[in-house]
Amino acid sequence: MPDNGFEPKIVGFLCKWCSYTGADLAGTSRKQYAPNLAGIRVMCSGRVDPTFIVKALADGADGVLIAGCHPGDCHYSVGNYRAMRRVPMLRKLLDQFGIEPERVWLEWISASEGDRFAEVVNSMTETIRKLGPLNWKERAEALSGAA
Amino acid sequence: MAKPKVAFYWCGSCGGCEEAVVDLAEKILDVVAAVDIVLWPVALDFKLKDIESYEPGEIAVTFINGSVRLSEHEEWVKMLREKSQLVIAFGSCSHLGGIPGLINMNTAQQVLENKYLKSVSVDNADGVIPMPTNSVDGYDLDLPAVWNSVRRLDEVIDVDYYLPGCAPPPDLILEAVGAILKGELPPKGSVLSPAKSLCESCPLNESKPEDLTIDEFKRVATSQPDPETCYLAQGFVCLGPSTRSGCGERCIRANMPCRGCFGPTPEAMDQGTKLISAIASSGTSDTSESAASVAEGFVDPVGTLYRFSLPSSILKRGLKNV
Amino acid sequence: MVKLLIDGREVTTEKGRHVLDVAREMGIVIPTLCHHESLPSYGACRLCIVEVTYRGKTKLQASCTLPVREGMKINTQSERVLKTRRLIMELLLARSPKSPVLKKLAHEIGVDQARFDHITGEDTPLLLGESPSTIVGDAGCIMCGMCVRICDDVMNIGALSFEGRGAKRHVTTPFRHMSEFCISCGACSSICPTGAIELLRIRPHEPDRIPNEFEYGMSWRKPVNISFPQAVPRVPVIDMNTCVNFKTGGCKVCEDNCQVEAIDHSQKDTVEEVQVGAIVVATGFELFDGKELPRYGYGRFDNVMSSLEFERLCHASGPTSGHIVTKEGKTPESVAILHCIGSRDSDHLEYCSRVCCMYSLKFAHLVKDHTGAEVYNFYIDIRAFGKGYEEFYKRLLQEGVHFIRGKAAEVTDVALTPEEEGKLIVVAEDTLLGMTRRVPADLVILSTGLKPAKGADEVGRIFSLGCGQGDFFLERHPKLAPVDTAADGIFLAGACQGPKDIPDSVAQGAAAAAGALSLIDKGKVVLEPITSVIDEELCAGCKLCISNCPYEAIFFDEDKKVSVVTEELCKGCGTCVAGCPSGAAKQEGFEDVQIFAEIDGALLLG
Repeated sequence: MPDNGFEPKIVGFLCKWCSYTGADLAGTSRKQYAPNLAGIRVMCSGRVDPTFIVKALADGADGVLIAGCHPGDCHYSVGNYRAMRRVPMLRKLLDQFGIEPERVWLEWISASEGDRFAEVVNSMTETIRKLGPLNWKERAEALSGAA
Repeated sequence: MAKPKVAFYWCGSCGGCEEAVVDLAEKILDVVAAVDIVLWPVALDFKLKDIESYEPGEIAVTFINGSVRLSEHEEWVKMLREKSQLVIAFGSCSHLGGIPGLINMNTAQQVLENKYLKSVSVDNADGVIPMPTNSVDGYDLDLPAVWNSVRRLDEVIDVDYYLPGCAPPPDLILEAVGAILKGELPPKGSVLSPAKSLCESCPLNESKPEDLTIDEFKRVATSQPDPETCYLAQGFVCLGPSTRSGCGERCIRANMPCRGCFGPTPEAMDQGTKLISAIASSGTSDTSESAASVAEGFVDPVGTLYRFSLPSSILKRGLKNV
Repeated sequence: MVKLLIDGREVTTEKGRHVLDVAREMGIVIPTLCHHESLPSYGACRLCIVEVTYRGKTKLQASCTLPVREGMKINTQSERVLKTRRLIMELLLARSPKSPVLKKLAHEIGVDQARFDHITGEDTPLLLGESPSTIVGDAGCIMCGMCVRICDDVMNIGALSFEGRGAKRHVTTPFRHMSEFCISCGACSSICPTGAIELLRIRPHEPDRIPNEFEYGMSWRKPVNISFPQAVPRVPVIDMNTCVNFKTGGCKVCEDNCQVEAIDHSQKDTVEEVQVGAIVVATGFELFDGKELPRYGYGRFDNVMSSLEFERLCHASGPTSGHIVTKEGKTPESVAILHCIGSRDSDHLEYCSRVCCMYSLKFAHLVKDHTGAEVYNFYIDIRAFGKGYEEFYKRLLQEGVHFIRGKAAEVTDVALTPEEEGKLIVVAEDTLLGMTRRVPADLVILSTGLKPAKGADEVGRIFSLGCGQGDFFLERHPKLAPVDTAADGIFLAGACQGPKDIPDSVAQGAAAAAGALSLIDKGKVVLEPITSVIDEELCAGCKLCISNCPYEAIFFDEDKKVSVVTEELCKGCGTCVAGCPSGAAKQEGFEDVQIFAEIDGALLLG
């Protein structure tokens, strides 16, 4: 059923207090879920600079997940609202570049939501699989020199 | 003692950088007195073979401006690199890619078709497009190949210094030339302008509130900016906070928000995403819906944020329209 | 100051005081009926007469209205006084011969029989338009007027007054109608010295009883009460919603009578700011409301009660002094205890509430012990996990408690057989026997589960406390830091962190206290190293980071024209770093270059 065996590569930015701990919980609960996400821990989803997202996509990621605490429950009180505002603007920019907004996910996952973390990874992997590989570097390289 | 040899060359250029040199006005005479200009296509009639005849490193300094996007540009800059001790990327186009860099949203073929076939004012019934080679009377004529992307100068050759700006201001040029002549140059690879962003010297920074919020975007095309208040506070996208200073805030003093021609500050990896991060953070939306609706109001993010620097951005080019 | 002699003893006292009060202070016994601390002296009953000699003249006077004068000589026990007092008593008895209070007082004075006939008004006054009745019952009114005065002067209502003259003088309501002004405060009936007033004759409604919250409404309380005997502090509380003073501006009898002046009705809520170095959150729990599961009949059937209601019922200081009885007052012959009401239920509380099995066993034992009734525990599992718990369970098995393995399906009052008539029937599947059983019970106890206390989510928001499973507050680590929270200096203790019993709550309380003490005792605080730093050389003073910071930890230095992070306030979230348009802000340990390196590494995987 998978077309050419394309395995999406997803980079995740997980906030230490909620989503990273939720991911840990998925692990300690021995949940089985798609192995396509590599997580990077930051203190708060507010630390996630759109520059990181763009860098990940440009360097080979097919999708990027930003996960933080639920609005109202941010460990740093309002850090996640900064993420909430930055991501839609970035998506608009990415769309203009030609990167589908569906490749960037912003999810709220709390420390006790191990199940939800696994669900999000599974769901995102499938969505990205259907979108296909991004291959940004190769495709941009191909158009860099002579016509 | 022989005067040092200096060369000026232009790639895909509007000529503005040449005019910037001329804008030195009478000071240009001092420059001319101190150096020997061996190449300046806009003003002096030197040929390719003149440059080819020089020894490697014989030219002291070469100033190259304009965007690099033709095979001819590549040939010339590579040759000039060999012949020069110092190569300085002069102006936004060679430093960052410049406005022509926006062509990176399309391909060369699309450009040619648009220019020679699809444009409303074109009268080209035979559908003729420039070809790389053509035979006329038994002779093969070549045209330079057009690339799909503009490249920065330093992606093609090794660059020693960068003089930023579209065009670089006369004082900055004089400073640079003076430093070169005295031999007091900063570390190789430096951008010859202050590292801090524009807000430091902007006359409107005082009026910027500490609790600035932007929930609605205004555009210069449809609203009149107030010349006495920080543009960001008014809702206009001003690239000042993520752009190097040194330009004398010429645009701002003419009631125009900064468009970012000096490029990003040293620690910012991407001028556009850094500014988007700062602007978005300053909103008040606290639901995904309101955040998305604010984002909708930001028209043409690529053109606004990467007007001069698209080839320098992390993504380098767009792939949507190709 | 005034100097006088009472019963031969010299006493000095302030001008204006009455002889009665001074004499009583000296320990002299003078009987009164119409005297009360809350009312000014009236001199109605005359029992307090004393013999007073002043300026050469001697006469009998009521001591309650007699002001002290310099040089007075008072005799409270002279032959004349005693004889006259007995006569007064006889006259009072004539008016109200049946009053037990009067008869007792008369006996104390030395009067055992009234020589006078019983006087009433010619006709017992009728309330117009109502069936014949009087306000005054059989106990007999002695016309002391205290009810009138307290209703009018103290309570500010004025529902009662005197009517008529001479022998026909009596106390009644305007036009002798049922009063629409009476607020059933009971001041008149409680102040009446002979117990002559029946409230229902003034106002035909039973006064709204105030349910006692501590007894879960199983008994009543006054507007002033001590919440429960073990309350800390153990002082009475005045309920502003029901206290008469807040309704009419009157009464304040409590304030007048308090001898240490501890009562102040004008107190208002104040907000106090206290600066502390550590906080322990211990907001406790509340019970799952049985009404959310209507099939068990809680709220419909009188004899279905929640666990906390049963705790009060069987408690020695509870509404029935510890007698386990049904609502009708009968000792039950069979009691059913239903485990896991609300808990372990995917539609309600998914988790196990931990304490219910043990308290259910406790109830079973108490019921058996106090009443000898048949006890049926309907359970899913018996969770007897602690010290001595399993042994207790075994003991119950030996005491003959019936354990039915099957969560109860419903409680019904629809009888299918004659034995079930008048009982509550618990229907459950007995999974060990493999059949459905119907067990008739006189009393059903629902072992309801535990939830976070009402309003705990508000508290959580104030302290940025995350919530975990069941909406209980989230500890920093389920195994290694059960009393810490994500925020330094804020600790959790007790059931607010998750259902637990008393030994575990005490242990947690001690742990939280130790954590708090270790923090504030040190005298210094260890800061996280992952704070944000703004490079002065790169910062252009664009000020865009200042409003970004959730903790207002960044300020603008007007002299240097740069933004500066106050390190002690920075909590290391990194939001300002991500939002800095020029890259002048960096987060220690999470710098852009470090994260770029991680991205490179992440992309190498898989």
